[in-house]
Amino acid sequence: MNNALIGVLFMGGLGALLAVGLVFASKKFAIKVEPMIEEIETALPGINCGACGFAGCRSLAEAIAEGKAPSNACPVGGNAVAEKIAEILGEDQASAPSRKVAQVLCKGGNVEAAARADYDGPGDCRIANITQGGDKDCIYGCLGLATCVEACPFDAMAMNENGLPIVFEDKCTGCGKCVEACPRDIIVLVGEEYGVHIRCRSLSLGKDVRKVCNVGCIACRRCEKECPVGAISIIDNLARIDYDKCIVCGKCAAVCPVKTIEIQEGKSVIKPKKVG
Amino acid sequence: MKTINFRGGVHPEYSKYITADLPVKVLPPPEIAIIPMVQHVGEAAEPLVKKGDQVKVGQIIGKICNTVCASVHSPVSGTVKAVEPRPTVNGHALLSVVIENDGLDAVIDMNPHPDPIQLSAAEIQKKIESAGIVGLGGAGFPAIVKINSAKDHKIDYLIINGSECEPYLTADHRVMAEYTSEVILGAKLLAKASGAEKIIIAVEENKPECIAKLTEAAGSSAIEVVKVVTKYPAGSEKQLIKAVCNREVPSNGLPYQVGVLVHNVGTAWAVAQACQKGRPLIERVVTVSGDIIKEPGNFLVRLGTPFKTVIQAAGGFTAEPAKVLAGGPMMGLAQYNLDVPVVKTVTGILAFSQKEVKQYDPMPCIKCGRCVEVCPAHLMPVRIELFAINGMWDEARDYGAMDCIECGCCTYICPSKRGLFHWIKLAKSKIAKV
Repeated sequence: MNNALIGVLFMGGLGALLAVGLVFASKKFAIKVEPMIEEIETALPGINCGACGFAGCRSLAEAIAEGKAPSNACPVGGNAVAEKIAEILGEDQASAPSRKVAQVLCKGGNVEAAARADYDGPGDCRIANITQGGDKDCIYGCLGLATCVEACPFDAMAMNENGLPIVFEDKCTGCGKCVEACPRDIIVLVGEEYGVHIRCRSLSLGKDVRKVCNVGCIACRRCEKECPVGAISIIDNLARIDYDKCIVCGKCAAVCPVKTIEIQEGKSVIKPKKVG
Repeated sequence: MKTINFRGGVHPEYSKYITADLPVKVLPPPEIAIIPMVQHVGEAAEPLVKKGDQVKVGQIIGKICNTVCASVHSPVSGTVKAVEPRPTVNGHALLSVVIENDGLDAVIDMNPHPDPIQLSAAEIQKKIESAGIVGLGGAGFPAIVKINSAKDHKIDYLIINGSECEPYLTADHRVMAEYTSEVILGAKLLAKASGAEKIIIAVEENKPECIAKLTEAAGSSAIEVVKVVTKYPAGSEKQLIKAVCNREVPSNGLPYQVGVLVHNVGTAWAVAQACQKGRPLIERVVTVSGDIIKEPGNFLVRLGTPFKTVIQAAGGFTAEPAKVLAGGPMMGLAQYNLDVPVVKTVTGILAFSQKEVKQYDPMPCIKCGRCVEVCPAHLMPVRIELFAINGMWDEARDYGAMDCIECGCCTYICPSKRGLFHWIKLAKSKIAKV
């Protein structure tokens, strides 16, 4: 009985002593944290994707608090996050960056661009690209091994049954992870309002493209001639679109003989825009 | 004779018995020869002919246009049909000269020399350069670049590499056994050209016939023939130098920094041909083997001969091929198109049935460390692979990814069937880009 009492008293006393020590230490050695940083970090998406150019959401929060980055620096959060951060900073309404979404510039799936061989190496596009160039004949096209889908931190991409990646634009945040992952540079970030895309990256001559793919750009120049605002030009056997000039009229897509140019549903309206 | 060993390596099923004792058959020149302008490590040669030109055997058709480059010669006589990109063994279409054989086999004046050993070092170098000789062991590094880069260094040893460690391949074996005197002559010429003091011919111990013949041919000359353990990759340059001379090539370094040059026996044979007969590099010995080749054998093939023609010469396939390789099964390149031509770096053509090329899905790594045990470059493939999978290129570099010799031992030994080598190769390409 006596022994138990001694034990309880001793442990209790020790606990109290250490508690006092801890309280003292937490006051004395406290690291001063700008409460704003915490607040901003909470407002940020917290996925640490790095799309802003900083190491993660915490680093961006610190930079914003120090005024080294604007309140709308998070491309992923978009308008909502920018507004919240502007509120925390006490700024006026911040202008959010224009939202960009990923576009896959290749239509040559398993059906359109036939395989020349069976690829049985590791299932990673980057590896297929440096070994023998994958199983398709086209050396510019999608390798179809889903490295971009794996890289996407937002589940905004998936492979369709034709072996091509598709982007769910509502989920896409424009972080650029897929662009970085793709060894063939067929994914680009484009403002979400643009709905006309030339889905091909092949620099081969038209006749060579026809041999390896049904939907590759053959550089016939019809789209270039048809475009009322001169937004399309053929450079190195490939039609390229200048999104800044494009008015999304869709005339190029209508004349494209191989249907490389695609209009996205819901975006194909003529925007009021000054020509020239 | 002592057997020389080295660290790491694996013992794959060698299967060399299939073709090891079959003498080299000379294949007739092809109807259509496709000659890529890149058959070596380095820049593409610049084509000197255009459509409609007449060419003769041995005529130069691609000239050196860079410091790391090799000239290319016509292996047949005839008319140039096209100068255009054609598929090659590395999976990409490269600029090639396509020549239609006229069947005359008209040869240019080759300027032979009755006693090439009398030539000066500069003359030998000139002949090696103009003959477009590259390393015939498979990598294809231009021989003259190797010699020139070592110019300002003292070269103690010239190792002639007769350690053909890739399974199935017996091309070097036959070169040593049948062209023994030329290999010895080529070794002497290479030593003279590079100023090497001592010549060592390193042969794997599973080729006693070659060791005996070379020792006999070397006679009383200062050439030493040494026996190397039968293990893959005994023929790797850095491993061979460590084993034979006990010298270690520094990381990112080249053999001349430790006073050693290594040339393949095939290269020595080509050098002898170039100096003695004035014949440029227009043919090489190729092993055609595999479980579905009807009559496997060794063939002296003119460069530019399509794979199809060579396989037909070996009796064709007995079954539907599941995989056709250019080179050996460990480092060879899988082919999707049998119209690709034999080039200077093609040591063998192997064709396998589905049974032989069984594929496994990779399982999780069990950290058994076998890849570390067998890595002849003293690396930790397991770590580098994980860094590569996670995109940690800096860490991969710190763990020595660039010292990987791409032998594939790690992938071969992995009980979880992981593609370690491919990931390390990816890391190498990413690090090289930075």
